[in-house]
Amino acid sequence: MTTLKSFLRGGAFIQPIWIFVIALFVFFSLMSEYFLSLGNINNILVQTSTIGLLALGMTYVMINGNIDLSVGATLGLAASLAVGLQPLGLTVAVLASLAAGIVIGAINGLIVWKTGVNAFIVTLGAMIGVRGLIFVYTQEQSFYASNFAFVDFGASTIGPFPVLAIIFLACTLIMHLVLKKTGHGRNTFAVGGNPEAAMDAGIRIGRNMLINFIIVGFFAALAGVLLATQMGASTPNLGRDYELWTITAVVLGGTKLTGGHGSISGTLGGVLAIGILRNGMNMMQVPAFYVLVILGAILITVLIIDQRLNVPTAKGVRA
Amino acid sequence: MTAMTQNAEARPVLELVDITKRFPGVVALNKVSFDVRPGEVHALLGENGAGKSTLMKVLAGKHRPNGGKIILEDEERVFDTPKEAKRSGIVLIHQEQSLVPEMSVAENIFLGSTPRKWGNRVDWKRLHADSTEILERLKCDFSSRDLVSSLSIAKKQMVEIARALVFTPKIVVFDEPTASLTDHEKPVLYDVIRNLQAQGVGIVYISHRMDEIFQLSQRISVLRDGEYTGTVNTAETDEESVTQMMIGRSLELDHASKPSEFGGPMLEVRGLTVKGVCSDVSFTVRKGEIVGMYGLVGAGRSEVAETIFGLRHYTAGEIRLDGQVVDFRSTHDAVTSGIALVPEDRKDQGLVLGMNCRDNMTLAGLSTVSSFGFMKSRDERAVYDRYQQAMKIKSPSWRQRVGNLSGGNQQKIVIGKWLHTHPRLLILDEPTRGIDVGSKAEIHALIKELARSGYAVLVISSEMPEVLGVSNRIIAMYDGRVTAEFDADNVGEDQLVQAITGMTGSTPQAAGAVV
Repeated sequence: MTTLKSFLRGGAFIQPIWIFVIALFVFFSLMSEYFLSLGNINNILVQTSTIGLLALGMTYVMINGNIDLSVGATLGLAASLAVGLQPLGLTVAVLASLAAGIVIGAINGLIVWKTGVNAFIVTLGAMIGVRGLIFVYTQEQSFYASNFAFVDFGASTIGPFPVLAIIFLACTLIMHLVLKKTGHGRNTFAVGGNPEAAMDAGIRIGRNMLINFIIVGFFAALAGVLLATQMGASTPNLGRDYELWTITAVVLGGTKLTGGHGSISGTLGGVLAIGILRNGMNMMQVPAFYVLVILGAILITVLIIDQRLNVPTAKGVRA
Repeated sequence: MTAMTQNAEARPVLELVDITKRFPGVVALNKVSFDVRPGEVHALLGENGAGKSTLMKVLAGKHRPNGGKIILEDEERVFDTPKEAKRSGIVLIHQEQSLVPEMSVAENIFLGSTPRKWGNRVDWKRLHADSTEILERLKCDFSSRDLVSSLSIAKKQMVEIARALVFTPKIVVFDEPTASLTDHEKPVLYDVIRNLQAQGVGIVYISHRMDEIFQLSQRISVLRDGEYTGTVNTAETDEESVTQMMIGRSLELDHASKPSEFGGPMLEVRGLTVKGVCSDVSFTVRKGEIVGMYGLVGAGRSEVAETIFGLRHYTAGEIRLDGQVVDFRSTHDAVTSGIALVPEDRKDQGLVLGMNCRDNMTLAGLSTVSSFGFMKSRDERAVYDRYQQAMKIKSPSWRQRVGNLSGGNQQKIVIGKWLHTHPRLLILDEPTRGIDVGSKAEIHALIKELARSGYAVLVISSEMPEVLGVSNRIIAMYDGRVTAEFDADNVGEDQLVQAITGMTGSTPQAAGAVV
């Protein structure tokens, strides 16, 4: 029993979310004959890549003990810029989008660092403000891509694999390595785990947080650009609620809201779990509204199981 | 004297018999017996980690004892929860306060037992009337309608005590009640205690301050390393014999000799003043020397250390490190300049509990075990192995989360973390707080060895045996000032006690101080 527990608990072995992902995979393979095919798996990866990119950055910020609610709005702004600025040339449009993401992240990070205001509040403000900026810029209009290379890129493949999926997986690998193998990654855990101890150890905790906010801003913009290439267009409401899906995926992957604990591999599992569930239920023709109900229920269930495994004595709040 | 004899005849209202409490790997209490008579103040003494708090937690139902009996009014009792103990009339006044700051005084006093009227509505009239009555009994000069967050620490403590009086208590335990009080606030507390005493309440009084204990208590019981060493009548003893009971063998355990060869000054502090914290603090620490900074909690010792470390900014004076004036704007600057601070509170400030041993060990010196930002895990392991062996850290593996280690081993990890940065000045704030006697001696020996190898060491402590046993010189602090400086091998304990309780200055003993 104890060995089973330590196995499920993760540690050096396998994370619970991956057991769940494998179980879902097997389940839907049995339930739907269309599920298990290269085409569908590619499909899942492409669908997942948007939330996935947001979740990579969000994992860093959440391990840091912060949160970023502005990722959905940043994604929307980047998408609008990437499409709207195409008359100035594709390179300018894409670089401007990515720069916008970095600037928004830097502003969030600087405010959290210098004022000490809770990241939840700061980025909530940014979420509202940036969405406003999108409307200011687009005048509530949807934009359609004029550059064909841009649209082709979203549908292109290398061999049998879609480029968007490859970009997402490559970013995942890089982010995994940076978190696990670099001093920045180590400091990210330390700052989230115990900011006071981190500061006493001479770690520049403000700078560490700032870098992570810039990272999440960059990935939000990247996700926005790539999503726009998929759609060949941008809408002012693009990215609404994406912050919630992102946080859901990251938390499913075992990253703690309190900071100091989490992993990119877990986040990948969380993102895939949501992607597979949506895709699989779609194949089984579950009505869309029920899909949401099931996703919500699963999130809570997984977190309860996770808590039980981690703290054997946890019984919730007493009295 | 008649009161004394009455007390001696009275049957104890509470008896703890042969209480044993084991935690994984440690015996916190070994067959400890203790009793309280109605209307007496029974002082409980012992060094940090001697088991006082554990004993009181057993009494208050927070810990289940592994053996022994609790007898309340001739009836054997088992308290499963703090609530049960409270209902039976046992009240603990906590060191750290457990009030809801954004509620009124009255709401706090009656938290969990708010008077109600029909419809389950709060009976505000009665709430305030009852609170006011209790506050008057305690001679408090604030209103039941005041917000707790607006009160001073001393007044907050009064609210805690008022809370205890809601139920008619039989036993009230005061755990270091004066730790955060100023001198003119203390008499009010003493009055309250005497008042309770007159009402026949049994009082357990835990404190490090001898003067208070001798002023208030009728009996003194002493714990040492979880063992009961005896009970004496206060009137028949003196500070020296009580201290003897308290420290006993822990002084003899430490055989390593002190460093004796010193280099030039490494740290020079001149006239250091931080507004509201300390004023005109001056001292020097030489290379290879251990300087002990002795004083009570709140005397400004940790704050001085934090100022040197760049956590606070000073308003006047100067700090020189190896001859150069420094004013660090961040801890990062302090660390890179070669200052290491082993903080007072290991768990809150020293360690990232969720991280493993190795990662905590290298936390302050990542640049030395990485290249181009990437960690070299082999080097990291080598660092951990080196200090693990050198300090005999007991941990199943480097992967072990530090949260699961014992206090002594945790502290060694913190020290190892700093040794790895090769500091020039090592500051240790309460290095052995809450650490068992064995590891304590090891850490003391380690500190001396480090000084002998050339480190300048500043040890902050509120334990007299520690400053006496470890340091070459002792700086006594009281109320944010340095009151005296002593040669550690030629100073009497009474001189030290006077210097840290503010009684020094014109007294003849202080003339013996080497300033």
